[in-house]
Amino acid sequence: MTRRPVDTGDPERLYTVTGGRSRADDDSCDLVTLIVSECEPSPAMQSEHVRILELCRAPTAVVEISAAVRLPVTVVRILLCDLLATGRVTARHPPVARFRGSLPDSDLLKEVLDGLRNL
Amino acid sequence: MDSATSELPGFTPLGRDSANGLKIVIVGGFGVGKTTLVRSVSEIRPLNTEEVMTQAGVGIDETAGVATTKTTTTVAFDFGRISLNDRMVLYLFGAPGQERFWFLWDRLFAGTLGAVVLVDTRRMSDSWYAIDRLEHRGTPFVVAVNRFDDDPSVYSLTEIRQALALDPHVPLVQCDARIRSSGKHVLLSLADHLHALATARETTP
Ligand SMILES: Nc1nc2c(ncn2[C@@H]2O[C@H](COP(=O)(O)OP(=O)(O)OP(=O)(O)O)[C@@H](O)[C@H]2O)c(=O)[nH]1
Ligand SMILES: [Mg+2]
Repeated sequence: MTRRPVDTGDPERLYTVTGGRSRADDDSCDLVTLIVSECEPSPAMQSEHVRILELCRAPTAVVEISAAVRLPVTVVRILLCDLLATGRVTARHPPVARFRGSLPDSDLLKEVLDGLRNL
Repeated sequence: MDSATSELPGFTPLGRDSANGLKIVIVGGFGVGKTTLVRSVSEIRPLNTEEVMTQAGVGIDETAGVATTKTTTTVAFDFGRISLNDRMVLYLFGAPGQERFWFLWDRLFAGTLGAVVLVDTRRMSDSWYAIDRLEHRGTPFVVAVNRFDDDPSVYSLTEIRQALALDPHVPLVQCDARIRSSGKHVLLSLADHLHALATARETTP
């Protein structure tokens, strides 16, 4: 498989998917924030929410959700806002602060080194 | 509808205790081997997605005078994954390094541990901008020279370091992005570099 464009659909569809919002309320979900389902999908839910809840039975990064549901990361963030706000999913945030020039402590980096050595 | 598994062959769920997502960015010019490097070390087949960025700007509209405009840009990127242990999972992002993509980078890749700048010695200038930008941001990085078979040039690492005006402390390694052990070596040199930087900072009074 090679690069294929993500099907972003037409703007109207995106508008419907996200309930009319064009951006997430906050930036709380990083690309590598891991999302975990806290409930089973129900038939009343919109299909994108169902897909996310199915996927996230195992922890799944925001960027993986985006690839799986074929929606841009921005749109996935908006969908996740709803699910997070109602407790249907929880988020495990990255241990690394997002501000510029931050370097995690050496203990964490030692774990990274050890993990890579075992590859 | 397709199920998650049929849409994403090779999609393997993470272990249930996974909690700490980390990221490393692989940046370089077109065709330099970014996706190949991600593929050679990733535990999943590289996945592709995109981010849509909206930038507000001020434009001149001839009828309405000065007006606020919005430009929307879509950038595609691919990524792979390495489970480091039961809790930690490292995501590797391959992304184009050209100047016009950098405003996306700043948002997409904030919080990255560090970066690998992948270089093709036949097109060294393709990496100048990325190196400048990483230095400016203070993001630690290593430079990996991807040796292509049909590359007639035989620059030494010293010559390449000079051509890129690399700081003496920035690690410079050679690789063949197609080979897993070689890709692993590149990631290890970055992790080593990061660990050394963190240790030095912690022991400095
Ligand atoms: N000989 C040789 N070929 C390589 C090497 N690395 C990559 N290639 C080939 O170079 C071509 C481009 O590699 P990609 O991994 O797609 O490069 P990329 O940087 O992801 O390219 P874009 O995403 O299009 O910018 C492919 O045909 C690879 O098989 C290498 O180390 N040696
Ligand atoms: Mg590529």
